[in-house]
Amino acid sequence: MSRPELVIIGNGMVGQSLLEALVAVDHGYNITVFCEEPRPAYDRVQLSSWFSGSTTEDLALTTTAFFDEHGITLRLGERVERIDREAGTVVSSNGDTLPYDKLVLATGSYPFVPPIPGNDQPHCLVYRTIEDLEAIRDSAAESKRGVVIGGGLLGLEAAKALKDLGLDTHVVEFAPRLMAVQLDEGGARLLRRKIEALGVQVHTSKATQQIVAGDACRYRLEFADGESLDTDMVLFSAGIRPADALAREAGLEVGERGGVVIDNRCCTSDPSIFAIGEVALWSGRIYGLVAPGYEMARICAAHLTGDTARGFEGADMSTKLKLLGVEVGSIGDAHGMTPGATSCVFEDGPAGIYKKLVIDESGKKLLGAVLVGDTADYGMLLQYCLNDMKLPEQAASLILPAGADKPALGVDALPDTAQICSCNNVSKGDLCGAIASGCTTVGGLKSETKAASTCGGCAALVKQVLDAELVRQGIEVNNHVCEHFAYSRQELYHLVRVHGIRTFDELLAQFGQGRGCDLCKPTVASILASCWNEFLLKPEHAGLQDTNDYFLANLQKDGTYSVVPRVPGGEITPQKLIVIGEVAQKYDLYTKITGGQRIDMFGARVEQLPLIWGELIEAGFESGHAYGKSLRTVKSCVGSTWCRYGVQDSVAMAIFVEQRYRGLRSPHKLKMAVSGCTRECAEAQSKDVGVIATEKGWNLYVCGNGGMRPRHAELFASDLDDQTLIRYIDRFLMFYIQTADRLQRTSVWRDNLEGGLEYLQDVIIHDSLGIAEELETQMQAVVDTYVCEWKRTVEDAEAVKRFNAFVNDDTPDEHIVYVRERGQKRPARPEEKKGEPA
Amino acid sequence: MNIKANVVGWEDICAATDIVRGTGAAARVSGMQVAVFHTDDGFFALGNYDPFSDANVLARGIVGDIGGKLVVASPVYKQHFCLHTGICLEDMSVSVPVWPVTVRDGRILIAAQPAAA
Ligand code: SRM
Ligand SMILES: Cc1cc2nc3c(=O)[nH]c(=O)nc-3n(C[C@H](O)[C@H](O)[C@H](O)COP(=O)(O)OP(=O)(O)OC[C@H]3O[C@@H](n4cnc5c(N)ncnc54)[C@H](O)[C@@H]3O)c2cc1C
Ligand code: SF4
Ligand code: FES
Repeated sequence: MSRPELVIIGNGMVGQSLLEALVAVDHGYNITVFCEEPRPAYDRVQLSSWFSGSTTEDLALTTTAFFDEHGITLRLGERVERIDREAGTVVSSNGDTLPYDKLVLATGSYPFVPPIPGNDQPHCLVYRTIEDLEAIRDSAAESKRGVVIGGGLLGLEAAKALKDLGLDTHVVEFAPRLMAVQLDEGGARLLRRKIEALGVQVHTSKATQQIVAGDACRYRLEFADGESLDTDMVLFSAGIRPADALAREAGLEVGERGGVVIDNRCCTSDPSIFAIGEVALWSGRIYGLVAPGYEMARICAAHLTGDTARGFEGADMSTKLKLLGVEVGSIGDAHGMTPGATSCVFEDGPAGIYKKLVIDESGKKLLGAVLVGDTADYGMLLQYCLNDMKLPEQAASLILPAGADKPALGVDALPDTAQICSCNNVSKGDLCGAIASGCTTVGGLKSETKAASTCGGCAALVKQVLDAELVRQGIEVNNHVCEHFAYSRQELYHLVRVHGIRTFDELLAQFGQGRGCDLCKPTVASILASCWNEFLLKPEHAGLQDTNDYFLANLQKDGTYSVVPRVPGGEITPQKLIVIGEVAQKYDLYTKITGGQRIDMFGARVEQLPLIWGELIEAGFESGHAYGKSLRTVKSCVGSTWCRYGVQDSVAMAIFVEQRYRGLRSPHKLKMAVSGCTRECAEAQSKDVGVIATEKGWNLYVCGNGGMRPRHAELFASDLDDQTLIRYIDRFLMFYIQTADRLQRTSVWRDNLEGGLEYLQDVIIHDSLGIAEELETQMQAVVDTYVCEWKRTVEDAEAVKRFNAFVNDDTPDEHIVYVRERGQKRPARPEEKKGEPA
Repeated sequence: MNIKANVVGWEDICAATDIVRGTGAAARVSGMQVAVFHTDDGFFALGNYDPFSDANVLARGIVGDIGGKLVVASPVYKQHFCLHTGICLEDMSVSVPVWPVTVRDGRILIAAQPAAA
C-alpha cells in the first residue's frame, strides 16, 4: 500500500518545527512542503540581529540537506494558489496539481500596512522576511532619517534595526503609549524615557493620514492633529494579519478578524486540513509568538501520527526581551483587566526601574506584572503567575530591590533553570523532568539525576522541589517521615508527648511498622531528646543516632571527627585558649577559627575522642554540640562593655542565652546572635533567633538564615526587657520544635507557616492557642535537665568502650593518612595515598 | 543459598553483648576491616570500607530496612547497602563484600574470608 500524502503549505518557523516533530517519529507519510520564500525556514525572531552582524546563513533553521535526508519534497519558491477540497488537491504557482490526504496550513502572517494614501511608494517598507531586510538596508543607504510606524514590540525591534543602520530614528505610535499590549502607562512612560535617552524619538497619539513628498527629506508624514514629520523612509510595523486567503477561498471557517479556526487538535473545519502557527485562530486568539506555534506543531504532529493523547491548551503570552537595550517584561494580565484586580507599583525613576504587580481580589494571587529596566524577577513572578502560587503576605516586597524586606522565595518560585545541585549541575527543570517521568522519592531522584548524591548539601532543596512538583501534578504529598511511620514529624512529636513514649521501639511497636531507618531513627531520637532530654548514648537510644550524635563529634570526609568545645558568646579566657592550643598540639589536630566564633579541632580518630574530651572537660570546657541538630552558637558583639556605641551588654546576654539553650535538640540546628546596638556587628538578623539591643531593651528577630538560601530575620517584638525576651524565645523555640518538619530550619518553617509572622506573634505574644505556659514549662524542663553529654560520656566506662576503633583490636585505621600543609596536618588526597592498601 | 555452609574457618571476634543491639562496630578479620551489625534480625558483617566516601566507616551507619530490605546507611553520604548482599540500593553496580557471621556460645564468629560475590 502506498503512503498517504501529506502536504504542508509554508516552511516558516512553525512549519519547520512540524517537520522536525514528524521525522522524530515513524510518521508514515509522503511529505511535500511548499515554501513561497526562496530559502527554507530561518529564524524570524532573530531578524534584527542581521543588522548587527549576523548573516543569512546564521539565521537558517534548516538546509535542503535536511529534506533530502528525510525524503521530504521541498518546493522552494513555489506557492500554493488554491486548495480544492472536493478533489483533495492543491494547485501551485507552477501550475502543478498535487493530491493530499492530509493538508497543513503553516502560512504564518503578513505585515499589516495601514490604508494610508502614499503608503505604496518605493521607500515605504515592511519587516518580515530576509528580502525585507535587504530592501531596508538598500533604502537606508540612501536615507538619513527613518520612521517606524507602530510602537509595539515589533516596531521597537524595527527601530533598533534602523538605529543600527545609522539612521536618525523616529517611532510614530497611534496609541498614547508604547507597547500598549504588554505595558501599562507607568511602564511605557519609563520605556519611552529610556528609548529617547538612546536617541530614538517617540511620537505617541499620532494618526498618520497621508504620506506626501517632503522638503528636507524624501517624504512627509502628515498627522491628523495637523502636525507633520519629514523622513526619507517609512517602515510599517502596525501589526500582522494571518495569511488565511487560501483557507477563505476554500471555504474553511475563519475568524471575524481573520485566522483559520482550529480546535484543540489543530484541526480546521475540514477534518483533513490542519492549521498551525500565526495563521491559526484558537479559541478566538491568534498567537503572535513563536512558542505557542511550536506547541501547535507538536500537537499537530502527534495527531497526524495517531497519538491523540494531548491537545493544544492555549499558551502563555508573557514576554521578556531586551528592546533597544532596555529590559522589558510583561506577564499575564498586565493591564489589570480582571474584575477586582488591584496593583502595586515600584518605581525608581533615577535608576530607570519600573515594576508593577497585578494582584487578584483576594490579594493572594498574581495575575500579571510589568517590568521595565530590571527583569531579574521575571522568572520568579512568571512562576507565581503560571502556577497560581500563593503570594507572600507583603506581595509588594517581591518587587522591592533585594536587601529590603524581600522575602526568600519558596522553592516553587524558582525558575526551571535554577541550579539546585551545584555539584552535579542539576537544575530544577531536570528534577521536574525526572519527577514527571515517575520519580516520586528523593532516593529515586538521586539515582536518576545524581542530584544530592555528592556533597548532599542540596538534599533539602531537592526534597522541597519534589514536594512542590508533586503537589503541582496533583499527586498527594504525604509528609510522612518515611515508610516506617505514616505520620509527619509534628504528629510523631505529639504521639511521643501525649503517650509519654520514651523509646523508639515503643513508638515503632505502637505506631509504626518495619525496622526503622536512617530517616526516622534520628528524627525520633531528636523528638525524644526534646521531650525527655535523656542521655543520647543510653543503649536504647544509641542505635538511633546519626554518627555525629553517636560519637558526639562531626564526621569528616576521611572518617575522623572534629572537636568543638562551647565558647559561649565567643568569649574565652586566655587560659582556655592555651588549653585548646595544648590539646590540639598533643593530639596533632588541625585547628581553625570557625564562622561561629569558636575553635574547631579536626582530625581526631574515634578512639581519641574520649581522651581529648577528658582533657577539655578537666579544663572546664563543655560540649559545643557542633554535631547536633541543636543550639550551635550564640554569636555576640563586644557590646556596651567596651564598644563606644553599645547600649546593652550584648556579651552577657549572649552567654546567658547560649547557656540556657545549650543541648536543646530541635528539628534542625539553631543559631542565635546578640548585638549591642543597631550597627549589628553580630549579624543577628541572619540567625534563627536574633537579639539587637535598643535604648529601652531588646528587639527580637526570628527565622533568619544564612547558608544556602539566606533569609533575613523578621522583627518579632521590640524593646523587650530581659525576662520577656527570654520568655518569648522559650515559647518560640518550643513551638518550632513541636511543629516543624524534619531538618526544617526556622526560616523554611516560617515560610511554610500558614498565617505567617502575624500568626506566630499571636501564638507566642498573645497566646492565642493558650499554650504559652505549657511551652515555657517544657522548655524549663529541658533547661533544668541539661548535662554536658561529653562529661557524662567520659565518666561512663560502657559508653567510652563504644569509641574503640575495633571491637577486637587496638591499632588505628591505617587508611587515615595525613600530609602537612601550612604548618598543620590535612587529610591526604587519594593520589597522595597511592600505594597504601585500602 | 546458605552462605554459611561452605565456610572453612571462623574467627572469634567478641562477645555478642559487646555490640549494642541496633548498632554496629568495626572489627579486624584476617587483616581486613569488617563492619559487624547487631540487629533485631541477627548479626551481619559487611566490608567497613565505604566506596563512596573512600573511608572505613560503614560500621557507624544506622541500620534499618528500606522496602523490606535490611540495610545500613553510610554515615557519610547516606547510600544504603543491603546487609544480606552488600549491594548498594542507590547504585546496584556498587557493592561491598559480605562476611558470613554466626554466634556460638555467646561469641560472634566471622568467616575468615568474605562470601564469594
Ligand atoms: C566549622 C564551620 C565552618 C568554619 O570553618 O567556619 C562549619 C562547618 C560545617 N557546616 Fe556550617 N560551619 C560553620 C558555620 C556555618 C555558618 C556561619 C554561622 O554559623 O554564623 C553557616 C551559615 C549560617 C546559617 O546556618 O544560617 C553555616 C551553614 C551551614 C549549612 C547550611 C544551613 C542552611 O540552613 O542552609 C550546613 C548544612 C546543613 O546544616 O544542613 C552546614 C553544615 C556544616 C557541616 C556540619 C557539614 C557536615 O555535616 O560535615 C560542617 C562540618 C563542621 C565540622 O566538622 O566541625 N553549615 N555554617 C562553622 C562552624 C561554626 C561553629 O562554630 O559551630
Ligand atoms: C522582526 C520580527 C521579530 C519577532 N520577534 C519575536 C520574538 O521576539 N518572539 C516571538 O515569539 N516571536 C517573534 N516574532 C514572531 C515570530 O517570528 C512568528 O510568531 C513566527 O515566525 C510564526 O511562524 P509561522 O511558521 O506561523 O509563520 P512564518 O514564520 O511567517 O512562516 C510562514 C511561511 O509560509 C509562507 N507562505 C505563506 N503562504 C504561502 C503559500 N500560499 N504557499 C507557500 N508558502 C506560503 C510564508 O512565505 C512564510 O515563509 C517576530 C517576528 C518578526 C517579523
Ligand atoms: S553592634 Fe554596636 S555595640 Fe556591637 S560592636 Fe557593633 S557597634 Fe559596637
Ligand atoms: S550540591 Fe548537590 S550534592 Fe552537592
